[in-house]
Order: sequence, then C-alpha cells, then structure tokens
Amino acid sequence: MTNPNNATISTVHTAAFTSGHALQIPTLRILKDDGTLYEGADMPELDQATALKMYHTMTFIRVLDERMLAAQRQGRISFYMQCLGEEATTVGSAAALDDGDMIMAQYREQGALRYRGFSLEQFMNQLFSNEKDLGKGRQMPVHYGCAAINYMTISSPLGTQIPQAAGYAYAQKLRGLPNVTICYFGEGAASEGDFHAGLNMAAVHEAPVLFFCRNNGYAISTPANEQFKGDGIASRGVGYGMKTIRVDGADILAVYHATKMAREHALATNEPVLLEAIAYRLGAHSSSDDPTGYRSKEEEEQWRKNDPISRFRLWLLSKGWLDDEADKASLDALRQEILDALKVAEKVAKPGIEHLISDVYETPIPALQQQLDELKVHIRKYPEAYPITSGRLD
Amino acid sequence: MAKMNMLQAINNALDLAMAKDDRVLCFGEDVGFFGGVFRATSKLQEKYGKARCFNTPLTEQGIAGFANGMAAQGMKPVAEIQFADYIFPAFDQIVNETAKFRYRSGNEFNVGGLVFRSPYGGGIAGGHYHSQSPEAYFAHTPGLKVVVPRDPYQAKGLLLAAINDPDPVIFFEPKKLYRASVGEVPEEYYELPIGKAEVVKTGNDVTVLAWGAQMEIVQKAVDMAEAEGISCEIIDLRSILPWDADTVATSVMKTGRLVINHEAPLTGGFAGEIAATIQQRCFLHLESPIARVCGLDTPYPLALEKEYVADHLKTFEAIKASVKF
Repeated sequence: MTNPNNATISTVHTAAFTSGHALQIPTLRILKDDGTLYEGADMPELDQATALKMYHTMTFIRVLDERMLAAQRQGRISFYMQCLGEEATTVGSAAALDDGDMIMAQYREQGALRYRGFSLEQFMNQLFSNEKDLGKGRQMPVHYGCAAINYMTISSPLGTQIPQAAGYAYAQKLRGLPNVTICYFGEGAASEGDFHAGLNMAAVHEAPVLFFCRNNGYAISTPANEQFKGDGIASRGVGYGMKTIRVDGADILAVYHATKMAREHALATNEPVLLEAIAYRLGAHSSSDDPTGYRSKEEEEQWRKNDPISRFRLWLLSKGWLDDEADKASLDALRQEILDALKVAEKVAKPGIEHLISDVYETPIPALQQQLDELKVHIRKYPEAYPITSGRLD
Repeated sequence: MAKMNMLQAINNALDLAMAKDDRVLCFGEDVGFFGGVFRATSKLQEKYGKARCFNTPLTEQGIAGFANGMAAQGMKPVAEIQFADYIFPAFDQIVNETAKFRYRSGNEFNVGGLVFRSPYGGGIAGGHYHSQSPEAYFAHTPGLKVVVPRDPYQAKGLLLAAINDPDPVIFFEPKKLYRASVGEVPEEYYELPIGKAEVVKTGNDVTVLAWGAQMEIVQKAVDMAEAEGISCEIIDLRSILPWDADTVATSVMKTGRLVINHEAPLTGGFAGEIAATIQQRCFLHLESPIARVCGLDTPYPLALEKEYVADHLKTFEAIKASVKF
C-alpha cells in the first residue's frame, strides 16, 4: 500500500491520547558553575586560541552593552538592547560555524556579530546612525548587518528571518556551497506564523539551516508559560521531522558542541536542525523596557549567579589559558577604547539627503527623484528647520 | 511568431528564463509536477528538475519568506501565489521584507530578481475569494514594482523583464484572459519595459486608461463611443508601480479628459492616485472632471457579478459624460 498520508500507522485497538507532554527533550550540560566539567561529559575539541576568542568576544559584548546602555540613558543614542546573561548562546554557536556560513539574527545576537569580526567602529557607526553606518542610518540602533562577514541585516518584525533562512540555505545547497545558514530567534518569536512556515519549508525542502532558539524566558514582559504550552521550543522540532537538541545556554561548551554537531549534520544531509538554548534575559528587553514591573529582583538574582562568562572564565583559568591580572587590565583598556570610539562616532555627520531616496530601488524611480528635488527647494527656504542637511544639499 | 494564449506565453517566458539562467527557479502550491492549477508552470519540472521547479507546502508566508531568502542569496526565484486573494498571509514578508530589503541594509543585501506571480481579477464566477484585484495595496509600498499584462505578447515580455529587473516585482496575471486571450507571440526572448505605459490607440477627445483584463472592456466601450463620433485615446498603464505619469499627462494635455477604469473597488483604488497626479499636472488643460469607473466598495460578488463589474457600458457612459460635461 502507498502511504499518501506520510504518517506512520502503528495500529492499536484501545482509544488513548498521546499526551502533549509525552516527549521530554533532555538538556546538554558540559561545564559546571564552578568552572569544572560534569563527569563523563562530552568535551568538544577546542583549542586555546578559539577558546580565548570566545571568551574575549563575550567580555567585549558585556562591556559594550554596559557602556551603550549608559549612553542611551545619557541621551546620546535613542535606543539599545543588551544581551546580558545570553552571551554564551550566540558566541558559542557562532564559534562553531565557518566564516562562509550565513547568520540571520533576530536582534540580540551582537555576540555572533562580534565573533565574525564586526569592528568596534562599525558597531558605533550603526548605533549613532552616522554616515559611516553600513545601513546608512536607516534603522534603529542594534539593527546591524554586513555582507562582507555574512551577517544579514536585522529586521524588526519578529520571525521574518525564519522562512528566509530556509530559502537562503536552499540556495546555498543548490549552488553546492559547503555552508549552512544559522537562524536565531527567541521563544516569543517562535509563536509567529513565520516560525511554522520556515521550519516546515526547511524540513520539506531539505535546507541546511540551524534554527537556533534563544529561550530566554521572556518576550518583553510575557513569560514563556504564557507564550506556549508544550515542552519548550525543542519539542516542536520533532513534529517537523527534524533533528533537535536542547542545551544549557549559559554553558558555552555545550552550546559550541551542539552547534558543531548540528552544523556537521546539516551539511552532510541537508537536513535542518533545531537547537534550543535555555537562557535568561537578565537585562530589560530594551532600553525602553523596565522589568521591575513584571518580575522579581529575587528571580533575577537567582539567575545572575548563572553567569555564562564567569563560568567559562574559571574554566580558562583552571586550564592556565588565561592570566587573571592581564585579563582585568585588558578589560579596563577595553572600557576606555569603547568610550573613545563612542566619542568619535557621535561626531561623524549623519547621512546626506541623497540617502533619503537611495536603495529604495536599485536606481531611484522618476517620482522619487522629483520628490527629492522638491524637498531640496523647501529645505533651502527653511534651512534652520533642517540643520542636518541644509548646509550640504549639493 | 506563434499563436499562444496567455498561459502558454507565461509558460514560454518561464521556460526561456530557466534555460537562460540556472539561478531562475519556479515554486509554489501545486507548481511542480502538476504544473500549477492553471498550468502556467507545465512541464518545467520535467525539463529543469525538481530542485528548480517544485511544490511547496500550503504556506503563502512561507513561500514569500523562502523566496526572499533565496533572492538574498543571489537566486532569481519566481514564486507563485495560487490566487491573488491568498497573497495576504504573505503580506508581511512582501511589504516589510521584500520591499525594504535593499533600503534597510544600506544596499548590503537585496532581493532583486525576485518575482511573485499571481492570478488576479474576476470574470470567472470566483466570488470574493477568487476574484480580487489587490494591486493598490502593493502600490502603496515603496520598494516594490507592480506589473499587470493585458495579453499574451505583453505577458511574456513583461514577465521576462520582471525576472531580469534589479528590483522585486509583483506580477499580477488576469486569470480571466489566461485561455481567452490569444495572440501572436515571438518565440524568442524579448523584454518589454517596466514603468512605461503604452498608448494602444490614439485619439483626441478623451483619454481612457486601464490595465490588465480591463483593457478589453475599455476597448469595447471605446468602439461604442467612436461609433458616436467621440475620438478616444486608449492607454494601458502596464506598470502600477512605478507608474508612467508622463505618458498619461501628455495624453490628457491633448484630450483634456480622462476616464480611468479598474476592477478593484473605487475607494483607495489606484485610480484615485492617478486622478490626483493628473489633476495637478494637467489642471489648466482639463475640460471635465477625471472620471473613475471601478468596482463597487463591496467584496467581490458572485451571483451579482455582472452588476458589480466596471463593464463596457458603464465605461461608455463615463466617456460620454466626460465629453458632454
């Protein structure tokens, strides 16, 4: 008999439900809080240089987040989003990738971006929407993107990158590239229709995507238990017929190991993989949010102890790969470097008026050119009302 | 030259595009082996393989998202949305993603080469979920191009231009004409310009403007008007976005009158945009108010379709009223 339903028929003669919680996905943990390894844990191969790059990327991001949140509070930038407490999820996974792999992020993945090589100046230019910003000052702060390092520009609407990642990876496969696409999103975004569309498309069309869910417990103020009912997000991967793995998101060794394994599988079979990192968004959703309105200090304190950086730091110290004193000194130097870069970027001019209409189309359509010409005439009439552009209209 | 109906012309365009460039792919619901519910992609899977012409799951937002990702990687996906009435689950992917891909990234990334093909419009007893003309929604979205062909020759040339365009294009196909419209079509590759209207008949007393399936209807109305001695100029807009205001304005400067016909409902329809621009550009040349002959402001009906549509008789009356104003 054919199987037109694409379903396994194992017959029973007694009516019984399969429980919505019948499937419980285990969580991979390798590194303990105290910097030692769990006994018998699968230790991934990791050389000193890579481990130190992972560590320095995490500390860079933490210092950058502290400094830029403060800059937002001072009114120097309009908006910011930290990844406090989640640094290991994006850095550990990015470290497991090849530089040719595409990264499609949600918005809290500055760790992956920095690991790829986005420079401090590039961060600052985007955050200050100045004329050196690769995005030409068009998007709110943290909407980074850079073709040269295969980091797709961030889009604010949630989950839209998920089916796009399926299409991107399908194209990589058709071209015979030895690369995958990693697609980051949160447990909240997994409620969007695009999540279902994207995972189903990737599974059916055999696209080598690593769907990486940062389950950090909150979508702005909405806790995960008001977001979905099943066992995390990982349980859904099984429904889409794809390999699935859950890891402790504060354990960078577990994240690194699982992502390496997922990448190898996706590349070898063209099957997508769903990874779920269990993490905690220790900071606010964004600079416009205040978590004291929806969760307790006690809860935050409990998770603050679960710090991904200190755990990895202890492990590096125990291996003799990191020098305590030198590390502290380099952090002080980094703070100064960030402050200096900030001062430079905030003085760079905003993009010129021509970028109001450029890139809407490859070449501006006639109506756009006409609208710009009319606008220039108007600005010349009221130059004081448009100080950013009135002095440099030609 | 060969005699083709509109479906054959579209199929032929896709065939040529896929043969010319292996980055061109066709996919959508039932698009693969079956060749699409209207058979626009017939035999393409057989010819170019399952990797380049395939069925997708039933998910318009998934199709659009997949197409966006594929185009961002450098492919030229031609994604079919089975009916324009079902394009709305993909609205976010098209309006917030496709349209803004190049702009929001500062040209770091783009989805040029992406085409959404979708059959639109009434006249097939399809009721309100198989008859809509949603072009105006997309015309309100900078970054998109919106194209509607009127016959097989136009369909082939405009579709090939759309696939070759550096910007994403929504290509609405008048499904009423899929088999009904037959004409001579060159067998070789050719493109027709996007963003350019075409004066299909010159005249002096009134300009009559339409696009897609309505072109046949306005032709019929113009035949009636000319029999009564009214000289009509007919323009096929062809591209809704960007639209060719110059060609329309030049014509209206000459005739002093404009009648716009479209299938979609009157309020918020693209005729309103045309009327606003033309009255601004041709104010001192206008001899009568710009007239709109459109669908009623209701969902598309089934049993009362004849009464609802912007037909030749309503257009004929509008032409006469415009000239006699």
